[in-house]
Amino acid sequence: MSATREVDVLVVGAGPAGLAAAARLAAAGVGRVEVLDREQEAGGVPRHCAHGGYGTLLHPLTGPAYARLLITAAERAGAVVRTGVTALDWAGPLALHTVGPRGPETIGARAVVLATGARERPRAARLVPGTRPAGVYTTGELQQAVHLYGQRIGSRAVVVGAEDVSYAAADTVRTAGAAVVAMTTDLPRARTAPARALDTRLRRGIPLLTGTTVTELVGHGRLSGVRVRHHDGRTATLPCDTVVFTGDFVPDHELARRGGLTLDAGTRGPAVDGSLHTSRPGVFAVGSVLHAVESAATAAREGAHAAGAVLERLAGAERHEGVPLIAEPPLCRIVPNRVTPGDRLPYVLRTATPLTRPVLRVTQNGRLLHRERRWTPTALPNRTLTLTAGWTGRVDPKGGPVRVTIS
Amino acid sequence: MTYDVAVVGAGVVGCAIARALARHPRLRVALVEAQDDVGQGTSKANTAILHTGFDAVPGSLEARLVREGGRLLAAYAAESGIPVEEVGALLVAWDEEQFAALPRLAEKAERNDHHATGLIGPADLYEREPHLGPGALAALHVPGESVICPWTTTLAYATQAVRHGVDLHLNSRVERASRQDDTHVLTTGRGTLRARWLVNAAGLYADTLDRHLGHHDFSVTPRRGQLLVFDKLARDLVRHILLPVPTALGKGVLVAPTVHGNVLLGPTAEDLDDKRATGSTADGLALLREKGRRILPGLLDEEVTAVYAGLRAATEQDDYRISAHPEQAYVTVGGIRSTGLTASLAIAEHVTGLLTEAGLDAGSARDLEPARMPNLGEAFPRPYQRPELIAADPEYGTLVCHCERVSRGEIRDALTSTIPPAGLDGLRRRTRARAGRCQGFYCGAAVRALFEGVGE
Ligand SMILES: Cc1cc2nc3c(=O)[nH]c(=O)nc-3n(C[C@H](O)[C@H](O)[C@H](O)COP(=O)(O)OP(=O)(O)OC[C@H]3O[C@@H](n4cnc5c(N)ncnc54)[C@H](O)[C@@H]3O)c2cc1C
Ligand SMILES: Cc1cc2nc3c(=O)[nH]c(=O)nc-3n(C[C@H](O)[C@H](O)[C@H](O)COP(=O)(O)OP(=O)(O)OC[C@H]3O[C@@H](n4cnc5c(N)ncnc54)[C@H](O)[C@@H]3O)c2cc1C
Repeated sequence: MSATREVDVLVVGAGPAGLAAAARLAAAGVGRVEVLDREQEAGGVPRHCAHGGYGTLLHPLTGPAYARLLITAAERAGAVVRTGVTALDWAGPLALHTVGPRGPETIGARAVVLATGARERPRAARLVPGTRPAGVYTTGELQQAVHLYGQRIGSRAVVVGAEDVSYAAADTVRTAGAAVVAMTTDLPRARTAPARALDTRLRRGIPLLTGTTVTELVGHGRLSGVRVRHHDGRTATLPCDTVVFTGDFVPDHELARRGGLTLDAGTRGPAVDGSLHTSRPGVFAVGSVLHAVESAATAAREGAHAAGAVLERLAGAERHEGVPLIAEPPLCRIVPNRVTPGDRLPYVLRTATPLTRPVLRVTQNGRLLHRERRWTPTALPNRTLTLTAGWTGRVDPKGGPVRVTIS
Repeated sequence: MTYDVAVVGAGVVGCAIARALARHPRLRVALVEAQDDVGQGTSKANTAILHTGFDAVPGSLEARLVREGGRLLAAYAAESGIPVEEVGALLVAWDEEQFAALPRLAEKAERNDHHATGLIGPADLYEREPHLGPGALAALHVPGESVICPWTTTLAYATQAVRHGVDLHLNSRVERASRQDDTHVLTTGRGTLRARWLVNAAGLYADTLDRHLGHHDFSVTPRRGQLLVFDKLARDLVRHILLPVPTALGKGVLVAPTVHGNVLLGPTAEDLDDKRATGSTADGLALLREKGRRILPGLLDEEVTAVYAGLRAATEQDDYRISAHPEQAYVTVGGIRSTGLTASLAIAEHVTGLLTEAGLDAGSARDLEPARMPNLGEAFPRPYQRPELIAADPEYGTLVCHCERVSRGEIRDALTSTIPPAGLDGLRRRTRARAGRCQGFYCGAAVRALFEGVGE
């Protein structure tokens, strides 16, 4: 292959996380900060989220507007954003093989930031039986079809899922001029803001089938219906020509795995410490690849946070291994998942079962480090829980794993 | 116009026959297919193994045609760029009874002219397959068993046939067949076709067409096989085709690598009456996962990228049902059950022989221009890995489908090829676009835009 070209920091993925990291690094004066994205346009997932939901409460933005803001910020700061370039595999501990229209290139760096994002599990991965007709989507494909390409999607759709992204999918279906026949979830209730769930159900008249599993897709050529089963045993066929499988995110961890980075069992993304350093010195990971998925703001915050750690590393700082941070059931994951005394990045967690008035406890070798009552009355699956990092100074770096429990 | 020969059914078998006939410049040949693409029947949904025929019923027609076909196809694949990997098979014995059966299988292989099998003990077995589940006692190693791309194979035959003058009639289901003045009259959804000779390669419907011609020799009972395809990240878990020791119902559930870099788990074997029942079922998938967990536990942690089912054209008999009816200028190619991909080229030779014996004057034969097919195999350089190709045309460096690393150049080539795809599924079989772990989350809309011609 070709000779290696050297840069200072190579960021893989120009979504919110990667762009935020690049912007801060370039602004801090790092010489060559290069961001690669395999798509023709930078911006990541927000590119095709024509709906609002990005930006801040005071400055709400649509996805595309938010993406443009981040791209401009990174480029103004001096980062180089290269689109249509795929990072294929590792060429060394801190070097990657890439390919684009100009051919293959090996790029080496002093630090690598993985910001490769996440995807929704498609129908096959969910093992939904039946035929293989046309008209089966994920939200990502649906949004691109409708918002980026103006494609027709059919006339009657079932949306599988009832979390934020599912409601975004339902909006997109309606934008495309099709009707949402029903939304389904195997959970007992929707996992979105109550006002949004209510508005969709009552004002838009879209029924929400709770406690309901999709058991089969039917139709030859084009989808003709979705079979569902309620937990009480009742079954039905919902006639439709389109079905959207939403949520159920998995990190795009291909590069992390191919590089042999340690993965976290709870997230399936790379394991990281409080500075978002992976198991390989000099390789950092940020955004949805760590936790599929949290808000874009979380991804961008991690990008900026990791940039700080990259700067320290470039200045010669040592990496501290830290100790494992374990989320005990019913918690199903926590990020970061290693801890070093003095870490400052707040933690994001998920629970597998709903809990009311939850209390989080952090312990090490039986010693209580921290106890925190949530200000939200409930903790729900598919909704983010956060934990402050104020307690990390009390961690014994030579002690055992730190455990987080919820009750 | 009257064709010399009409071949009904553009599966791997019909396409191979049409290709064989295309060697004779004087013959006017029609290849007549009900669906909108070649290879849309059983030929698109199988286990993709290029068999040696080691376990066929010795002395049967199938045994001979599989053995010969396997060799012919391996050579043809090398010439045409069809990806093949000779990974070899291991028949794994998990209990004493299966262990006791291994020597008999080795003997059977001998009788099928396969002399290279060898028994291997557990230590050797686990060294060859470190991720194999615990408890395997021994295995029979069958070198020569290979994996192949079934879609490229069918497409290569059809492409060569069409380039050498065969008329491909798609969307032309033969609804009736009759004979008038020594000519077959085929009524299709798109008008009438006439041919002096008729070859029935209609797969699951070969019995129906046979009845149109007055024969009641066999009936086809579809035997469904469901399969799971696992992500490319699972490929390192397995090196050989891991076969179970066969049972009465079929070859049982296997784990095999694919030339596309995935891992297959399946197939089931379910006798049905519905010839359209190509859906998967919850029970089928649960059974496969249970078997898969035993064979290769790590596999179950990987993402599934596709679930599909194919129907074997099983009949009352344990052999192919290939017969000539010279008085009717007609050859039936029925009951090509679970080995038709492997045997296709030998079946085509056999059928051409039957036709000429029955009186078809084929005239002289020529060598065909090889069809150089786009490579979908991971063991060979794909376009994105070929700097010289990208330098000549940057479209090969512009990836559209990221999971499978399919470039815009490959999609463009498929859309302008001899037999262009009729839909996105056909495009997937030709390029792998949308066949990966995201199933279109990233690229689905972009691929569709290219297909619909608005993405330029
Ligand atoms: C349908 C949908 C709706 C959403 N709605 C909202 C919302 O309303 N509000 C909100 O806050 N959040 C929302 N989110 C979540 C939000 O979009 C994510 O949190 C955010 O995009 C994560 O940013 P990221 O940079 O980690 O990953 P991504 O945005 O996924 O970006 C990853 C980038 O990496 C690139 N990439 C991956 N692998 C490679 C490689 N090997 N080589 C080169 N490039 C590569 C990809 O092309 C992609 O551009 C939504 C998510 C989805 C899927
Ligand atoms: C689960 C499974 C696993 C298998 N694994 C292997 C394997 O590993 N190796 C191997 O060698 N073989 C394997 N096989 C067998 C192999 O796939 C088949 O033998 C082969 O595909 C049969 O090809 P065909 O052309 O006879 O049938 P088909 O591919 O079914 O083609 C018949 C064609 O005829 C058309 N047709 C039908 N009726 C009409 C009509 N009236 N008018 C016009 N057209 C018509 C159909 O549309 C169809 O396209 C497997 C099969 C299954 C189901």
